[in-house]
Amino acid sequence: MGDISVDQLAEDCYAIVAENAGQKKVKAGDLQKAMAAKYGDQIGRADVKAAIKQLMDSGRTVYGYFGGSSIELPHKEAAENQ
Amino acid sequence: MPDDSESTSADLKLPLLDQLEEGPWPSFVKDLKQQASRRPQVAQLLQQLEESYENRWDYWRGTVLNVSGYGGGVIARYSDLGEKYPDVAQFHTIRLIEPSAFVYNTESLRQLADASEEFGAGILQLHGMTGDILLLGFDNEKMFAAAEALMEQGWDIGGSGNGMRTIPCCVGPARCEMSCYDTLKLTSFLTKRFIGELHRPEFPYKYKFKLSGCANDCANAMTRSDMPVIGTWRDDIQVDEQAVADFVDRHGEEWVNENVTSRCPTRCIHLHGRKIEIDNHNCVRCMHCINVMHAALAPGNDRGVTLLIGGKRTVRSGEMVSTMLVPFMEMKTDADREALADLVERIWEFWGEHGHDHERVGEFIDRVGLGTFLDGVGIEPDPQMVLNPRSNPYIKFEEYTAPRLEGEPQKAANVLPREPEVTEIPFGGD
Ligand code: SF4
Ligand code: SF4
Repeated sequence: MGDISVDQLAEDCYAIVAENAGQKKVKAGDLQKAMAAKYGDQIGRADVKAAIKQLMDSGRTVYGYFGGSSIELPHKEAAENQ
Repeated sequence: MPDDSESTSADLKLPLLDQLEEGPWPSFVKDLKQQASRRPQVAQLLQQLEESYENRWDYWRGTVLNVSGYGGGVIARYSDLGEKYPDVAQFHTIRLIEPSAFVYNTESLRQLADASEEFGAGILQLHGMTGDILLLGFDNEKMFAAAEALMEQGWDIGGSGNGMRTIPCCVGPARCEMSCYDTLKLTSFLTKRFIGELHRPEFPYKYKFKLSGCANDCANAMTRSDMPVIGTWRDDIQVDEQAVADFVDRHGEEWVNENVTSRCPTRCIHLHGRKIEIDNHNCVRCMHCINVMHAALAPGNDRGVTLLIGGKRTVRSGEMVSTMLVPFMEMKTDADREALADLVERIWEFWGEHGHDHERVGEFIDRVGLGTFLDGVGIEPDPQMVLNPRSNPYIKFEEYTAPRLEGEPQKAANVLPREPEVTEIPFGGD
């Protein structure tokens, strides 16, 4: 990996997830492609994986379930009741 | 937990469920009724189920809940009849990774039972379809507390959603002389190696392994997983001639012919008096003769695994049986296990890149063709890549094909784009 840190990738990924919230389900593969398009050979798949892991561990994003596992902002699923 | 239920299991009116108690076999209704006498929650669970049967309607709505940092492992169930049955308004299931080959000590079973009693409905399912341990009946709050408590004790959350699922294996060399590789070791290796893929659902759809020490478990592995890893051997079946002679003396030639040789799928084993002769070149390693004459015959010494791909009931294509991917792979050392892991990663990368949403890997291969798939994951085609032994291979070998017709394309069109797709997702940060 070149000068692109996992923190930077995590911020980029988060921006995509936030921008698409409520409009399009963003999947890990989408983030991989977007990061590859932006940074090319400077990063590898493992780096993007590490960035997603960081987002999940910090609770800034969660995995959604419907329509295939997607990466989403924390929310309440429609199915949930109290 | 004290029982403050007003309705006991004796009060429950469950005419349809009662029918499931009939017959000599174990009944989950019987078990749940016992539990209902201690837990009002379970009484309500049974009442909701009875109502489901009566109205032919499923009242559960499902999703997955994220335990902090994990993508899966908690299957949330919310009841549409939550007002009528408030104790099952939230009735979630926690999935845990089971010990390899389901071998427990009493201490670990006690931990599971205690967590289930303290936080859940006191119902354990050993084991789910994928082999994992299921603890049932948690509400939102207690589910997180239970997951935390279990993880403190060393348990880990199992797979769910579109990721790698918990890996089940047979007991293998721990207790079975038929085993052709160490199923337990490979289970533990793959689980550790791919723990990220297990906890973080990031594939087009789920991906299941099943590890079987020999072909005795092949039907299970081939129909119920995306990647069966089945033990086999590539040298000759081991024959103890004296034990064969003793077996024939005990059972008689006719019996041996009727029950062993005539049932060999490729008719490659023959009895001549008190001697067995095997045409090993034509043996498909089905295990039948070895199972019947297990003191006299044994798998060969050069053992490893056969790797298959693409089984399981799928959304679009229905029931699928896996097809051969690698006829033989050694599986003795860490380097062998690494080689398997590398291949698995290549498969995930290719399928991850080109697979459709909710498309199991078998369906994906069906759509793009085995040739394209092999190309994509870097495996050479092999005549043994067949759906059934002695059937047509998928691969067309030019040297065996009839002369081309005029105008026939030289090469099948590749259904995948040559270049990786560029994402259409708007990119925000720069
Ligand atoms: S699948 Fe084969 S090795 Fe595994 S327990 Fe069954 S007979 Fe033994
Ligand atoms: S293992 Fe199966 S195929 Fe091979 S000789 Fe025995 S019965 Fe025949």
